[in-house]
Amino acid sequence: MSKKKLMKGNEALAEAMIRAGCDAYFGYPITPQSEVIEYLSREATNRTGMVVLQAESEVAAINMIYGSAACGRRVMTTSSSPGISLMQEGLSYIAAAELPCLVANINRGGPGLGTIQPSQGDYFQATKGGGHGDYHLIVLAPSSVQEMVDYVLLGFELSEKYRCPTMLLTDGAIGQMMEKVELFEQMPRKTEFPDWATTGKPKDSDRRIITSLFIQPEKMEQINLGLQRKYREIEKNEVRYQTIDTDDADYIFTGFGLGARICTKAMELGRAKGYKIGVIRPQTLYPFPYDLYFEHSKKVKGIFDVEMNAGQMVEDVRLAVLGNTRVEFYGRMGGIIPTPDEILENFEKMFLQ
Amino acid sequence: MAEEEKDFIFSDICVEENLVYRKPDTLTDTELHYCPGCGHGVAHKILMEVVDELGIQNETIGVAPVGCSVFAYHYLNVDMQEAAHGRACAVATGIKRVQPDKFVFTYQGDGDLAAIGTAETIHAANRGENFLIVFINNGVYGMTSGQMAPTTLPGMVTTTSPFGRDTKIHGYPLKIANLVASLPGVAYVTRQSVHKPVNVRKAKKAFQKAFEYQKRGLGTCLVEIVSNCPSNWRMTPLESNKFVEDKMIPFYPLGDLKVPEGK
Repeated sequence: MSKKKLMKGNEALAEAMIRAGCDAYFGYPITPQSEVIEYLSREATNRTGMVVLQAESEVAAINMIYGSAACGRRVMTTSSSPGISLMQEGLSYIAAAELPCLVANINRGGPGLGTIQPSQGDYFQATKGGGHGDYHLIVLAPSSVQEMVDYVLLGFELSEKYRCPTMLLTDGAIGQMMEKVELFEQMPRKTEFPDWATTGKPKDSDRRIITSLFIQPEKMEQINLGLQRKYREIEKNEVRYQTIDTDDADYIFTGFGLGARICTKAMELGRAKGYKIGVIRPQTLYPFPYDLYFEHSKKVKGIFDVEMNAGQMVEDVRLAVLGNTRVEFYGRMGGIIPTPDEILENFEKMFLQ
Repeated sequence: MAEEEKDFIFSDICVEENLVYRKPDTLTDTELHYCPGCGHGVAHKILMEVVDELGIQNETIGVAPVGCSVFAYHYLNVDMQEAAHGRACAVATGIKRVQPDKFVFTYQGDGDLAAIGTAETIHAANRGENFLIVFINNGVYGMTSGQMAPTTLPGMVTTTSPFGRDTKIHGYPLKIANLVASLPGVAYVTRQSVHKPVNVRKAKKAFQKAFEYQKRGLGTCLVEIVSNCPSNWRMTPLESNKFVEDKMIPFYPLGDLKVPEGK
């Protein structure tokens, strides 16, 4: 068991990438996540021979990811909101061509150029597709520096298992803050590659073609149906969440990532005042734990959703509870992080007065 | 002539020992979708003949673009990736960086390479990415049926320059091969054509050199083929080849723009 280290979120993410045996990283600097490419540029190639390349744009970076993912390599890129918007074209192609890869969005405040402060405003973009066409990314939402590390490995594994691009949706605060982390041991880089990978046509079998172009509508519908079957499979198998003190709860506080973490503190403050509050934190945003919310909706007086946006995940929560219970939302935007006191105060105002 | 008579002649002549030409295994049996007289077919053929002759079919990865050659992977019998519009050089960078011992090429038209993909092209070349860029320049968007391209000649009529390309409105044609040739990381830039047999032979020679330089790790190679588009130029194949000779080549002169030092 390796000992704990104090690390910044972005650097822990980069270190986890190296240790996960990542073959290549392509990225473009953008605040608040430029430490990732800086750390990799210092550390990665010397240690594992991993390719680290600063691309000319996020558009180029995601297409470099496409190229090397299609060679069966373990690849990752990171960016922040405006850069992730630029990658949406590439992500749609990657999803359609069923290539595994990992993308981290260190979410900052938008829309537009916005602010470099933390935000959760990209929930819709991350979980509902983001680019054109019917597709999903698997979306993991770390709420600590430790989970930045753990979800790199989990993210690679899920993306490779399902040949589905996977996103870590986190924010500038988790990227920038320092916490104790326990790192996993260095894993070897892959030496064998899947059959579908374009590593040069085998002498005794057909060439491999990586494409998202299927001009015949009948064929394109079959491709879509195949993708949808895969998403149903992911929804069945890969829902992950954390619940805290929900057994006796009258009220549920919910949120994801940093928002959920602050909710947990607000819950503690509320419990101290005698309110029976529990917390639900989805760790996968896609697939979303609809059933979990539905089950709880039958026994609680209300669900209070807190996010660092104008109310995005709350739409999924409302969809999940089917009107069984009252769902209220409180959010801050533009890079403002709500405080636990503020959350509790608004809970009292909305539910108890 | 009568059917039986024709069959007799064909079966008589078309025998193994009389074969003077055979399509290489590096081209599939799929029928080309290109219009009659189009240069793509010849360009595909000589490119893949070179891959065949060098014996690198099993270590070559190609990248198809968006445009007329979007279906190139139906014909080129090597591992292929289909890129988003303009992104072929970024995709090829991803392929080559993780497989530096493999041969990599992109096959792109003028709209793909010199308009939407200009940044990817210039920056890949500026990094000296060690792959071959095949650039088919026919001065028009073929797949979307004849709009103005960045390489459309001044005065040339297209569906989006119906009164002829006016440089005051549309700017000047982009000689992207010259831009690429000016970059230090680039090993080899040449401009060829396939409108006459002698040019086909020279173009094939250029592909041979480009793969040779890639093998030696010399840096980016770009082979531009000044080509035609009978359908969208509204010409017969013969007229279009004459247009290549009389109009395109004077504006885009053939020959080497950059060769490796010491060559």
